[in-house]
Amino acid sequence: MTAALAADVAVSNAALRRYLHGLPGVDQVGAEGRAAMLSTRSIKAASKQQAIDLAISMVDLTTLEGMDTPGKVRALCAKALRPDPTDPTTPHVAAVCVYGDMAAIARDAVGDALHVAAVATAFPSGRASLAVKLADTRDAVANGADEIDMVIDRGAFLAGRYLDVYDEIVAIKEACGTAHLKVIFETGELRTYDNVRRASYLAMLAGADFIKTSTGKVSPAATLPVTLILLEAVRDWHRQTGQRIGVKPAGGIRTSKDAIRYLVMVNEVCGEAWLTPDLFRFGASSLLNDLLLQRQRMRTGHYSGPDYVTID
Amino acid sequence: MTFEYSPAPESRAVVDIAPHYGLFIDGDFVETIDGTTFKTVNPATEEVLSEITEAGAADVERAVKAARAAYKQTWSKMPGRERAKYLYRIARIIQERSRELAVLETLDNGKPIRESRDVDIPLVAAHFFYHAGWADKIAYAGYGDKPYGVAGQIIPWNFPLLMLAWKVAPALACGNTVVLKPAETTSLTALAFADICRQADLPPGVVNIVTGAGQTGRMVVESPGVDKIAFTGSTEVGKLIQRALAGTRKGLTLELGGKAANIVFDDAPVDEAVEGIVNGIFFNQGHVCCAGSRLLVQESVQDEVLDALKRRLSTLRLGDPLDKNTDIGAIHSAEQRARIDDLVRSGEDEGADRWSAPCSLPDRGFWFAPTLFTGVTQAHRIAREEIFGPVLSVLTFRTPDEAVEKANNTPYGLSAGVWSEKGSRTLWMASRLRAGVIWANTFNRFDPASPFGGYKESGFGREGGRQGLAAYLKQEVV
Repeated sequence: MTAALAADVAVSNAALRRYLHGLPGVDQVGAEGRAAMLSTRSIKAASKQQAIDLAISMVDLTTLEGMDTPGKVRALCAKALRPDPTDPTTPHVAAVCVYGDMAAIARDAVGDALHVAAVATAFPSGRASLAVKLADTRDAVANGADEIDMVIDRGAFLAGRYLDVYDEIVAIKEACGTAHLKVIFETGELRTYDNVRRASYLAMLAGADFIKTSTGKVSPAATLPVTLILLEAVRDWHRQTGQRIGVKPAGGIRTSKDAIRYLVMVNEVCGEAWLTPDLFRFGASSLLNDLLLQRQRMRTGHYSGPDYVTID
Repeated sequence: MTFEYSPAPESRAVVDIAPHYGLFIDGDFVETIDGTTFKTVNPATEEVLSEITEAGAADVERAVKAARAAYKQTWSKMPGRERAKYLYRIARIIQERSRELAVLETLDNGKPIRESRDVDIPLVAAHFFYHAGWADKIAYAGYGDKPYGVAGQIIPWNFPLLMLAWKVAPALACGNTVVLKPAETTSLTALAFADICRQADLPPGVVNIVTGAGQTGRMVVESPGVDKIAFTGSTEVGKLIQRALAGTRKGLTLELGGKAANIVFDDAPVDEAVEGIVNGIFFNQGHVCCAGSRLLVQESVQDEVLDALKRRLSTLRLGDPLDKNTDIGAIHSAEQRARIDDLVRSGEDEGADRWSAPCSLPDRGFWFAPTLFTGVTQAHRIAREEIFGPVLSVLTFRTPDEAVEKANNTPYGLSAGVWSEKGSRTLWMASRLRAGVIWANTFNRFDPASPFGGYKESGFGREGGRQGLAAYLKQEVV
């Protein structure tokens, strides 16, 4: 179904443009209103406990800094495997997310217990030739990454060269081999919800396994309304093709309250099928500790403090 | 995995409901002279909340006299900037007591706390703030500066405190005093408002509240001491009032029923349109005079829109109105549910296809699952009569002209909605739709600065905005 659709619309830039611009528009006020309404849901007691554990299991624990070292990455991996050493019932996170050159160290540290995600394709700007991006991807996969977080060429997208963006995603997907591909839009640079919707369909058409809002390096990063547009896209894509694509908001999600709002949105927009780390992830670093603090509070009945969760 | 939300009820501890309420006349709660009492119930549980007074003729006369005296002695002499201070004070107190008022409204009316908390009460405060701003600028509104005197105001049960605000705030801003009769089933927030008037030190007699049913309302309408009647409610009662006032000197504004068309074009933003359809007809259980009860969807996108709509309706959460996660609360009364039942049966009998959202209804209280009918034609009763419940009639159209024709083919003319990404066509539609309010890519949005009111059998006069002031200023032909 996807292949047939791609064969139809990805034949020329004009055809692809017609397809993407033929998608229903997004009314900004309405979309933001819907997101605001969903964030009024009050999640308490048992449902909160469940949501916190689910959120922990969906975290892509991330370090993407120029100052990353093997030691830092190993510490991150230890935390990812055992987020709360005082409570072995705490679930582990979904993956660690690092730069490609750190993927081998991460893989060595987590073994087969977790996914290792590596950012590639000249992250975060994506400003490099396709050859460099492909080499970057292959290198990360060779280093042990089983998930690749690529960035799209926003310059090409905004210039209307959709087919170039499409071809690039297809090429990276091929370079990934068996590794899962997450496609980052950098929605803070695409600016309009219409663009976000078009980018979502473009990426799904090109074979993305996940669509992801942001690199975390540009503000605004993930927001609830932007994530709503992504969730609507994967929901409708599934109805159209039978294929389930994952969603990953990344950047700016720091508190348990925020995370629970996202889970409510997943639940009410896409339904229960998407409430799994296979189809929904949080790209975050500080979020995990807030989830752990809340989890401890629910277990013990009182708040501890930042010294009762580990830094990574 | 399933993600069930644990119960999250708003606390009832913030409200203090007395076992019995008198009438609020001349700044005090007083016992009735010649009236009786009746019980008010929580429609979600059928629990009796309190005993309310049904005012008699002597009570109404006493209230009208108090209003007249207050008008003559204080309110008409007070400069606008002083009246403004009282309105500001009332607005601030409403904000301070907003949680209490929201819970009280939900208990008495059955609407979900999410709506009373996020829509009703904030709008109530906004209306008082807005009209406080007008009070010293009335002469610049373009409708003269002569208040009527004593305004008799009769309001419905669907937005009890909000309809009070729509009536009381402009009346006071323009310099009138008020005798207000709330709907008999929803008196509690009006009585709480009486307490707010005292808290604000509003001069006695400026606002008087006489509770009771239709009989009490008739006495207010017929009282010789009343100079103006403002009524919101059914078209049937509105006609009776207009007949009763014919040949008198009294002013009249009516805000009556509606059967609004919500028109979805093939280029609509579909996800937001679905939200707008839901908000248009399932907001407040459809107990909304301007509800988008007729969905006119362009035939070419009918299946897509209906699929998305049904999917969305299946996620609506019906149940305890005090639960913060409830989307659909209780039907307001047994009578109202019987009326909805009757019209839904007529829809089935006349051959339309019924679909109701799969949800379980609580055992006690009055409930109705969100329902839509497809295959509806203009000839069906459910396409013509106001249902005032969570029931949507779906019709189709092929061209913009046909949409306009069908939308206007109703005795009502209160509101309409147009969903399209093409602004020029939306404006083209707006100039042809005979409705007082036309929403573009939204529905059931209210703002005190925006006038609200109808055409044809939906009444006349406007509430809110500069135009709304005209309802409380005497237009003298010079």
